[in-house]
Amino acid sequence: MVTYILQRLALALVTIWAISVVSFVIIQLPPGDFVDSYIMNLAASGSAVRAEEAQVLREQYGLDKPIWVQYAKWISRVAAGDFGMSMEWGRPVIEVIGDRLWLTIVISFAAIIITWGLALPIGIYSAVRQYSFADYIFTFVGFVGLAVPNFLLALIIMYFGFKFFDMNIGGLFSAQYQIAPWSAGKVWDMMKHLPLPALILALAGTAQLIRIMRANLLDELRRPYVTTARARGLPEWRVILKYPVRAALNPFASTIGYLLPFVVSGSIVVSLVLSLPTVGPLLLRSLIAQDMFLAGTIVLLLGILTVIGTFLSDLILMWIDPRIRAGMHG
Amino acid sequence: MSAPAAPAPASGTPLVTVAEERVAAATQFQLTWWRFRKHKLAVASGVLVILFYLGALFADFLAVTPPHATDASRSYIPPQKIHWFDEGAFRPHVYALKGRRDMRTFKLVYTPDPTDKRYLTLFAPGYRYSFLGMFETDVHLLGLDRGKPEDALFLLGTDQLGRDVWSRLMVATRTSLTVGLVGVTLSLFLGVLLGGISGLYGGIVDTAIQRVIEILRSIPTIPLWMGLAAALPATWSVTQVYIAITVIISLIGWTELARVVRGRFLALREEDFVTAAELAGASRLRIIFRHMVPSFLSHIIAAVSLALPAMIISETTLSFLGLGLRPPAISWGVLLQDAQNIQALGIAPWLLSVAVPVVIVILAFNFLGDGLRDAADPYG
Repeated sequence: MVTYILQRLALALVTIWAISVVSFVIIQLPPGDFVDSYIMNLAASGSAVRAEEAQVLREQYGLDKPIWVQYAKWISRVAAGDFGMSMEWGRPVIEVIGDRLWLTIVISFAAIIITWGLALPIGIYSAVRQYSFADYIFTFVGFVGLAVPNFLLALIIMYFGFKFFDMNIGGLFSAQYQIAPWSAGKVWDMMKHLPLPALILALAGTAQLIRIMRANLLDELRRPYVTTARARGLPEWRVILKYPVRAALNPFASTIGYLLPFVVSGSIVVSLVLSLPTVGPLLLRSLIAQDMFLAGTIVLLLGILTVIGTFLSDLILMWIDPRIRAGMHG
Repeated sequence: MSAPAAPAPASGTPLVTVAEERVAAATQFQLTWWRFRKHKLAVASGVLVILFYLGALFADFLAVTPPHATDASRSYIPPQKIHWFDEGAFRPHVYALKGRRDMRTFKLVYTPDPTDKRYLTLFAPGYRYSFLGMFETDVHLLGLDRGKPEDALFLLGTDQLGRDVWSRLMVATRTSLTVGLVGVTLSLFLGVLLGGISGLYGGIVDTAIQRVIEILRSIPTIPLWMGLAAALPATWSVTQVYIAITVIISLIGWTELARVVRGRFLALREEDFVTAAELAGASRLRIIFRHMVPSFLSHIIAAVSLALPAMIISETTLSFLGLGLRPPAISWGVLLQDAQNIQALGIAPWLLSVAVPVVIVILAFNFLGDGLRDAADPYG
């Protein structure tokens, strides 16, 4: 069991390292270095930078050193919590990101809760009443959820909301709370706005989970122990819920490993369409403005949070599945 | 395609029916095909996918006006109504439009002119284009009996710059469908190579490749792609961007294919017919290509047809964000970019019509892939 946790932890750390390299590459990709764009920015606002000043800046950031030294400098500053300055905003990156990171997490988390909340009962129902009318309906809705890219779904829902209900679905806060500091009222306001974007995000993942749950449960229901339980006179709901559902749940929990990156990815695009105050619109804007420290930091933080989420889900999985606890993981 | 030696037909035993004998003698490809055929939805989807690719092949032929031709006096024309009958006879025609500026809203308002009928004709001359780079022609599926189609034929309306949405949609379908194909080919190459190595050699190589896959799959793809795509130089040509985008999308896409290939290799390694071939002294390459590959080819085809829609969605999403293909390239994502905000949708809801082929193609690929996956294991 300890070996398993250590193994997962090691993998999580390696993944975080890989993500940090990728983020650094993204920061480095645009032509010219950080100081070049800094000088250009200053020049645009009217103040000139002398050559020796530029040289000092370069040395300070280690830009005259080989690339791995630059990476080491950058990563050690990041580890100390200094993510650099945002060019476009003229403020530290971490300030610019602010609440947006947490709102991204809140939306992703809500989407996953909805995914599970929908997929579990529907999956059980579809398996128990296989080939019933409702099973076909759910399968069809599931396929549509799978096939419609979620930005398209957001667009279509926004259009219908506008056309038939004459309301703007976008945003996460009502106008009076938009820039207000956090308060109970603001949280409640957010809770009211949250379900729709979360549902849009959840739909694609739900479709896959329903299908996994249905297939797993169908396999389990054919096992002899189900017949035995029935022959023993257990009530039908107990026959199904007590054993087969629990056995079918295992792969269900393990899917969070891919569900989380998937949902976080989706939240970026859906946020753009529905103009939600998450890191999504900020990331797009920073990429277009080549505000690379901001963009790199967002990719880095999103990646790290996803890895942490996946690691936690591994722990949950271990708690649910006795086979993993016994060290027989696959 | 050949198959591993089928079980010998049990001739002579009276208990075996003709049908059973047919199954026993069938090659694996035949078995897979018979099983696939039973899955009606998958077959229909397969036909649909083929039709879409044919449409992509004949994109210019199906378009009616040059997809890049702009005209400010044709801005935001709504989709046109086609009148099928004329004085009791079947003669499809459209009314020519008269544009007039509404002096209150300053929007162009178009009114059909019932006295000016333009009849639709088949195989009509239109703008000149090069058919697949082979020869130049000006024949299009649809045209009008008089006047240029760009002045009077607007099947799906026009966008802000007065470009015909129908014609652009045809060309966009070609771009988006081929991005998927090229991307899948790249992914397939990487997936088969790395998955094959992983499954064949096992041990430390396998562990390393599996960990790399796990790491790649735990990174949220969209922000990663956005970062990489945004770094493409603005000076790159349409073709260069196209190639770069497919490579970026394939960077993650290969992992699922590698997983499938590895799984099949691991499963087949234990099979009796592989052991038999080994004992018979067959070389490693012969075992792989003569015995193993044919028996999991159908699995790969199924995995590919499930990977394709994911590729298409990725390209569409990136282009929609303005980070994928950029105008003057035309793809589904580029077209949907015009429908990005509620203001544009309020003025011209028909711009969202691009969503219809996107959803249909992705659904069809999913049904097809599902059917293929079920049929891939004819002995199961």
